[in-house]
Amino acid sequence: MMGHLILRVTIKILFAPIILFALYVQFHGDYGPGGGFQAGVIFAVAFILHVLGFGLEETKKVLPPKVLPWLMAMGVLFYAGTGLLTLFLGGNYLDYDVIQPTSHHHAGQHIGILLVEFGVGLAVASTMLTIFYHFAGRVPEISDEDW
Amino acid sequence: MWEFILERYNYWIVITLMMTGLYIVFSRGNLVKTIIGLNVFQTSVFIFYITIGKIAGGTAPILMGGHGGGHDGQGDHTSATHGADAAHDVSVKPTLDDLRAGSDAAEAAGEVEAHSHNDLAAAMKGVEQQPAYETQSLHSLPDMAQAAQGNSILADPGEAAEAVLTPRDQGLHDMPEAGLGADGHETLGHEAVTSVTDAAAHAADIIYTNPLPHVLILTAIVVGVATTAVGLALAVRIQEAYGTIEEDELEAEDYEAEFGERLAGSEAR
Amino acid sequence: MIHFPGLEHLPALPVIIPLIAAPFTIVMRPGRTPWLWATLVSWVTFACTLLLLEVVWHGGPTEYKMGGWAAPLGITYYIDLANALVMMLVAAMAAVVFPYAYFSVKSEIARAQSPAFYTAMIICLTGLLGVAATGDAFNVFVFLEISSLSTYALVAMGARRDRRALTAAFNYLVMGTIGATFYVIGLGLLYQATGTLNMLDLHERLAGQDNKVVEAGFAFIVTGIGLKLAMVPLHLWLPNAYGFAPSAVTAFLAATATKVQIYLMVRFIYTVFGFEFPFLEVALNAFLILGIVGMFYASFVAVFRDNVKQMLAYSSVAQIGYMLLGISFGTVDGLTASFVHIFNHALIKAALFMGVGCVVLRIGSSQLTAFRGLARRMPWTTWALVLSGLSLIGVPPTVGFISKFKLMEAAFQTTTLIPPLLVVLLIGASSLLAAVYVGRLIYTMVLEQPPENAPAIKEAPHAMRVALWIMVIANIYFFFFTDLTVGVATQAAEALMCSQAGCGGAY
Repeated sequence: MMGHLILRVTIKILFAPIILFALYVQFHGDYGPGGGFQAGVIFAVAFILHVLGFGLEETKKVLPPKVLPWLMAMGVLFYAGTGLLTLFLGGNYLDYDVIQPTSHHHAGQHIGILLVEFGVGLAVASTMLTIFYHFAGRVPEISDEDW
Repeated sequence: MWEFILERYNYWIVITLMMTGLYIVFSRGNLVKTIIGLNVFQTSVFIFYITIGKIAGGTAPILMGGHGGGHDGQGDHTSATHGADAAHDVSVKPTLDDLRAGSDAAEAAGEVEAHSHNDLAAAMKGVEQQPAYETQSLHSLPDMAQAAQGNSILADPGEAAEAVLTPRDQGLHDMPEAGLGADGHETLGHEAVTSVTDAAAHAADIIYTNPLPHVLILTAIVVGVATTAVGLALAVRIQEAYGTIEEDELEAEDYEAEFGERLAGSEAR
Repeated sequence: MIHFPGLEHLPALPVIIPLIAAPFTIVMRPGRTPWLWATLVSWVTFACTLLLLEVVWHGGPTEYKMGGWAAPLGITYYIDLANALVMMLVAAMAAVVFPYAYFSVKSEIARAQSPAFYTAMIICLTGLLGVAATGDAFNVFVFLEISSLSTYALVAMGARRDRRALTAAFNYLVMGTIGATFYVIGLGLLYQATGTLNMLDLHERLAGQDNKVVEAGFAFIVTGIGLKLAMVPLHLWLPNAYGFAPSAVTAFLAATATKVQIYLMVRFIYTVFGFEFPFLEVALNAFLILGIVGMFYASFVAVFRDNVKQMLAYSSVAQIGYMLLGISFGTVDGLTASFVHIFNHALIKAALFMGVGCVVLRIGSSQLTAFRGLARRMPWTTWALVLSGLSLIGVPPTVGFISKFKLMEAAFQTTTLIPPLLVVLLIGASSLLAAVYVGRLIYTMVLEQPPENAPAIKEAPHAMRVALWIMVIANIYFFFFTDLTVGVATQAAEALMCSQAGCGGAY
């Protein structure tokens, strides 16, 4: 148990900043480099690191695999739903301008892209984790002595 | 001769990687190695796309400097709103059929040279001539091999600038905000308008790399990751079902399953 | 024309509806719900594509700007008759195969996997419709991979019945990815040469260009799509993938996937590159040769296959040869013949594979021996198979005859490397090969005795039989009423050929 104390403490320290960075990349995406794809992967990385340090079972308690399909579906729905919203507001599919038609700064474009990227981020993060869970779940857990 | 070869070094890298990847795919019997080969092969394409978008000396297509206050001042730049709307509605939404450079690059090059060192006022007058921004950046740096092939940002700053400048009475310092107001688009139009506006403001200060190939290849990378995941998942399942991931052993087992006899025949897969 | 609220969004709806439906499917409870949902979705999508075809047929090509961004910067969906026909075909096949799928899937796929299965089917539908709808060449790649990735998963799901589905899916994945990557390389070269990705725009900007970059791009794209559509030397993934996939998947893919790729090939050759492109001649000659080689080689292999699914899969490769032949003539007639055959072959193969699926459900095998004396054990399925088999050979009154007739008619009026008469004779001869392998199947089913200790089996469930017979009746109906097939295909072909002759530049 004490064999990889340093590793575990490091991961504990890193976990929150990684998530924070993911959120930064996520919501900064419409101004600078970043966006849902990158943020999703970074977000998933935090949990993958957690698996590497604490084992699959521990992480599954934090983020049960059961919720991942829901998150995936929600991600795609955020994306597609934003498109639907613009359809119902009278624009073309994904024409964000209709979200805030009166805004002179095209705030609609900002809101639209944020929503879509949030969906992308959610879908990418949950898909990455699903892939990882499934691959990691296939091999027997490495016991502490085998490190 | 040597120059010709050396200045196209990116293509040599691409070709080498591509052939290596394909060779691995075809020659290796191990399924995981096949997937890795496929990855190398795809990577060569990523590099290909990324390098054709690169303009020597160009920077990432992010608004840089000169738009005092940046994004946080969004709400109160009312004076620029007209410009922003015009930039959006006129230059981006309607037919942008002439918003590209490509093969026109050569003809435009002359004009562009003239513009690249002009100040904004001159650029405003030159709006009718519609010089292509990327042409300018490409031709001012002719050492890139791709320049001749006319990869482009697909945007004509002339028209965008015209749109931005429609309310001519606006002061020079309104320009950046005008560009900013229109910058919320994720699509190319966004890059075009912002970089173009910026270009208008900064004349030839900043050269932007063509973002489109990078955006495309981001998509291709995601597709590549998905393919790799599916491929590896299949390899795992094959390992579980057959107990091996060596192609020749798999073939032998499949052959046996099909004809009921063990023979290392080369049955068509 | 009917006016309808939201009609202006019609070009995008067939892609959007399944896209939105897919995430709901994955979180459903295993069992009947995902199937009902998928069926509903396929019907709604089919209704949209029918309406779209109607609108395009009578109102001319339509365009839809995604996000309101105009071409060539934005992604636009251009729908002309060719797209609309292919989209309608794909959605129609989904609308027939999805209801059919329930019992077949129930027996071939683990219950827990059923939400994933129907999700993958719906996503595959999205991808195929997207490829047909979009007017942006890179968007094509994205949709191509959406459909392909779901297809790999679907094929692999056949592993529950036969583990060879896994290796088949893996090979398909490797070949498919190489094909898609080739396509992207070609597109990159074209983008270098033109600076645009919009198909119409590409056409305009490629006009008059004939340098090595464009030629290389052309070669990469044709090879890439050739891999995806199983053009003859590149067809090796197809027989196993179709042979070991779950029956419903095979029926759906055989009727749609390669058809969409053929459409894509036509779109690139006639719309993007156009006829002035000098290098085109090389490709058309290659299609001519490869088409004929495919017709014979694949039919010949099919004759000796003992697995009926694989036999029909090889037959699919041979039929692709006919379609390529039609394209290679480079005439309106040839193209019409190709489109007619795309449509008719989808009907034929859907019917055949659905019939085989019924047999697999009841007898548990698709080996030829399982079909012995089937006429007495499952008469409905047998006669459906017989009729659609005759359609495959091209016996009137079935749609197969229309296809062959159109193709021969087109062949007579062409000047190609090979004398027209010889081409016609070759088409006839390869049809005879089809008669041999179909004859083998029919003989086994109708004339042989069932095995002595064969357990009594029931006919296939009603849902499957109804779907199967809808397809069989369609096979006969479209022999007599060719407005939809030949009529639309001729107009679509004329429009496509027109784009090269400068008829206003629109599709």
